[in-house]
Amino acid sequence: MIAESGPAVPAIEATGLGKRYGPVVAVESLDLRVTPGESVALFGPNGAGKSTLLQLCATLIRPTAGRLCLFGTNASSSDASALRRRIGFLSHQTFLYEHLTGLENLLFYARLYALPDPVSAALESIRAARLEHRRDDRVGSYSRGMQQRLAIARALMHRPDLLLLDEPFTGLDRPSHARLEATLEEERGAGRTCILATHDLGQGLRAADRVLVLADGRLLLDRAARGLDQGFLEALMTANSASGRAAS
Amino acid sequence: MNYWRAVLLVAARDLKVELRSREQAVTLLFFALLVLVVFNFSFDFTVIDFVTLGSGVLWVAFIFSGVLAISRSFQLEREQDRIQGILLAPIDRSAFYLGKVAATVLFMAAVEAIVVPVSVVMFNFRFSGRIALVVLELVLNTVGFAAVGTLFAAMTTRTRRGELLLPLLLFPAAVPVALAAVKTTTHLLAGRPFERYASWVALSAAYDLIFLAASVLLFDYVLED
Repeated sequence: MIAESGPAVPAIEATGLGKRYGPVVAVESLDLRVTPGESVALFGPNGAGKSTLLQLCATLIRPTAGRLCLFGTNASSSDASALRRRIGFLSHQTFLYEHLTGLENLLFYARLYALPDPVSAALESIRAARLEHRRDDRVGSYSRGMQQRLAIARALMHRPDLLLLDEPFTGLDRPSHARLEATLEEERGAGRTCILATHDLGQGLRAADRVLVLADGRLLLDRAARGLDQGFLEALMTANSASGRAAS
Repeated sequence: MNYWRAVLLVAARDLKVELRSREQAVTLLFFALLVLVVFNFSFDFTVIDFVTLGSGVLWVAFIFSGVLAISRSFQLEREQDRIQGILLAPIDRSAFYLGKVAATVLFMAAVEAIVVPVSVVMFNFRFSGRIALVVLELVLNTVGFAAVGTLFAAMTTRTRRGELLLPLLLFPAAVPVALAAVKTTTHLLAGRPFERYASWVALSAAYDLIFLAASVLLFDYVLED
């Protein structure tokens, strides 16, 4: 049974969350509470644990320590399959099939998510991605930016309550970049919870209400985005990536 | 989502991708036909009775082309990390497993549907009119091999050097089904009565049931990192 997401139920609640890969600690003792509708930017140097944290929140991997609840439901429970319906995840990879057309890719995912009218949902999403003119072309013939736009459309198609975006601006040209910013703003306006992992500090600060900085799997900073200085964030991350290298 | 619709969706997507790319069909078929040609030139079948070697020849072709089919099937999921797209979907993960098994069985069956008639002509033998039993035996053993192969391919797909690991894990586990397949085919080629090889057919059926049931139950854990 999935709990109802009322105002009191956080979209994400992590307590002592940890993830290890053998001796490698990817995320360590992380406590986090994200309320529904909140937009969070996740910063950190390479290997800080950003992607692992997003994968944990997407229920793609299980924590090795602590507890993670999404909308009041334990993410490791047997109800995780119903929980996944409420999650939209965009990773570094597009998850698209290059031998299928853009429309077929979206239709496949629309049917997998059992959307009530998969054809309309796929058509609407491909229109929103401004790829209608290429909808019957194989994805293998798309440019990297077009594939990224289609991947974004795939992640948003089922109207998820929780959006997890890992470097979503990768490969996008300036107009697509602006459109994605507008889309994220719309999603924010629609009350969706969004976690955006990015190396672009300015971008993250513009898109988020709150900023998290990770380094070596630990939460280094958790502050409101408003008034936060980009230079301060850069200095913080540089210092921590340098100390991380020195320690290793 | 309805469980069986998810199974069909995954299988249909694999078939559609294959129909578009034709990468697998060409490789599997040419590999299987090459095996027949090599055996045909290696042994003088005017001296050696095909009954003695025939089942081995056929099942070497089927099993090794099956390994290629399974390996290619999960390569499709590895590229672009598409398996994560499936794992994110609100479906029972065992539906993904059964969809992959169904697609692999269809690919292997397509190869068998071509290789068996070609070998009948090439080696000049007959299955003594027991077509229904031949089909039953091919289906049972193909399903068994696809079931165990898909399970191990899923297990190794998120590991480094998964393609190397797959045959190492698969071949020992597939020994019972390979043995049953070869023995049943030998009896069928020799035209012996069903009672003589009923136990091998029962072994194949039991193997299918055990591996399919265990895999459906365990598949969620198999895909864990």
